[in-house]
Amino acid sequence: MSTLMVDAQEINKSYGSHKVLKGVNISVNSGEVACIIGPSGSGKSTFLRCINHLEKIDGGRIFVDGKIIGYRESHGKLYELRESEADIQRRDIGMVFQRFNLFPHMTALENVISGLIHVKKVDKKEAEAQGKELLERVGLAAKNSHYPSQLSGGQQQRVAIARALAMKPKLMLFDEPTSALDPELVGDVLQVMKDLAASGMTMIVVTHEMGFAREVGNSLFFMDEGVVVESGTPAAVLGNPQQIRTQEFLSKVL
Amino acid sequence: MPLRHYKRWTVALLLVVILAGIIVDSASRPAYEWAAYRKYLFDGRVLKASIVTLELTLLSMFFAIIIGVALGVMRRADNPIFRYFSWLFIWIFRGTPVYVQLVFWGLFSTIYKKVFIGIPWIQIGDFQFGFHVSMSQTASLFWIAVLGLTLNEAAYMAEIVRGGLLAVDSGQEEAAKSIGMSNWQTMRHIVIPQAMRVIIPPTGNEVISMLKTTSLVTAVPLVTDLYARTSDISNETYNPIPLLLVACTWYLAFTSVLMVAQYFLEKRFGRGFNRSAVISA
Repeated sequence: MSTLMVDAQEINKSYGSHKVLKGVNISVNSGEVACIIGPSGSGKSTFLRCINHLEKIDGGRIFVDGKIIGYRESHGKLYELRESEADIQRRDIGMVFQRFNLFPHMTALENVISGLIHVKKVDKKEAEAQGKELLERVGLAAKNSHYPSQLSGGQQQRVAIARALAMKPKLMLFDEPTSALDPELVGDVLQVMKDLAASGMTMIVVTHEMGFAREVGNSLFFMDEGVVVESGTPAAVLGNPQQIRTQEFLSKVL
Repeated sequence: MPLRHYKRWTVALLLVVILAGIIVDSASRPAYEWAAYRKYLFDGRVLKASIVTLELTLLSMFFAIIIGVALGVMRRADNPIFRYFSWLFIWIFRGTPVYVQLVFWGLFSTIYKKVFIGIPWIQIGDFQFGFHVSMSQTASLFWIAVLGLTLNEAAYMAEIVRGGLLAVDSGQEEAAKSIGMSNWQTMRHIVIPQAMRVIIPPTGNEVISMLKTTSLVTAVPLVTDLYARTSDISNETYNPIPLLLVACTWYLAFTSVLMVAQYFLEKRFGRGFNRSAVISA
């Protein structure tokens, strides 16, 4: 039996009086790829950002590899972790952003090894060796000393993936990783993600790429208005949606 | 074929003629007393005074940048007390003239004859937790001038730093946090280096501006700086004009050096933002 890597139970989250997440339950097995789809404003990106505690939650709990994220449980009550403790938890959870968010003042290689050098305090030579290997893995061995402004969007996103992988995370979160890319650049990024999935990485991918979800995903969650409306295997949800809201959404995007 | 850009060339020619006229006229105008200018340009007292001016500038800017960064970071702190304090500081020191502030600090030792450093109000027998410092003993006019210039400048630097921090995209902080960086590491390695690109040009302006503001330290009254010293000399010799020119020459020499330094700093912190600077792999 496979073990749970992510187990989110009844996640609630509000911005002021606006409820963004209304009891979201999502679990992902170790080594599997879960895709989350849904219209914009459905809360899928917010949910993803709760998993590494970039956003605080107002209710429920998220377990990653058996540990509660962002909080400590004591006598049935949750206490928020200190910033420094949350920082340590984030080291094991990689994140890739829609807008890449590469550090513009660092070269591709410096971006990739920034976590190794500043957070893990790895020796510079050792970090550079690891960084070069990772850039090669994402097909950018020749771009070591290029700054982000000298790379295409697709190349930047692949550097961002390498930067997250450098921390040797247990879990990778992708927040619409191809939405900001020109269509002809999407394929390269998806290929890197497919290879990553094949290597056994646990991944949660918020995406609009239904083809990717169908091909690579082990499970698919359709979110709307802060709840998971429907979930199952990608083939089932995409091929034979049971809920009217899912059917309506898919009829617009497929 | 007609000359291209003929309007541009006409204006340029006119400017050159005017400039040449001024130079030729100045060179022969007796009021400038060029002989006296040459005599005092490298006068020992003038050289010493220009060092004092340079020291005032660099020390005040150094402390102002440190305090300014602290205030700028405090302006966006989660703790409201920090934010209010920073706001209050900027409000006072940016809102009053630096000349008036310098006069005030010069009078500080008259207003507060003794300053008690320690825990006030608690006394056991004759024993107090702290000690008294007599202001008249400690007050060196030079350091009072540095203090006055620093506090005034820190208010301006705080605003410059705040602007620089605001210019860094919030996604940068998120990305840094996502690879496990602490708040401090995020500031130190990600946010501040990028903010520097925005902070340096106006800071260069501030350094140059500070160099000239030091001429106000007579308000303290400190009279060893370049302007006060040259004007002292001219009071003895009754020839203010050549000594004004001597002072201007040194101010200009220093600002020129500072401009070169600024150029190299901007280049250093502009890394990654200049598309033309492609580094081949």
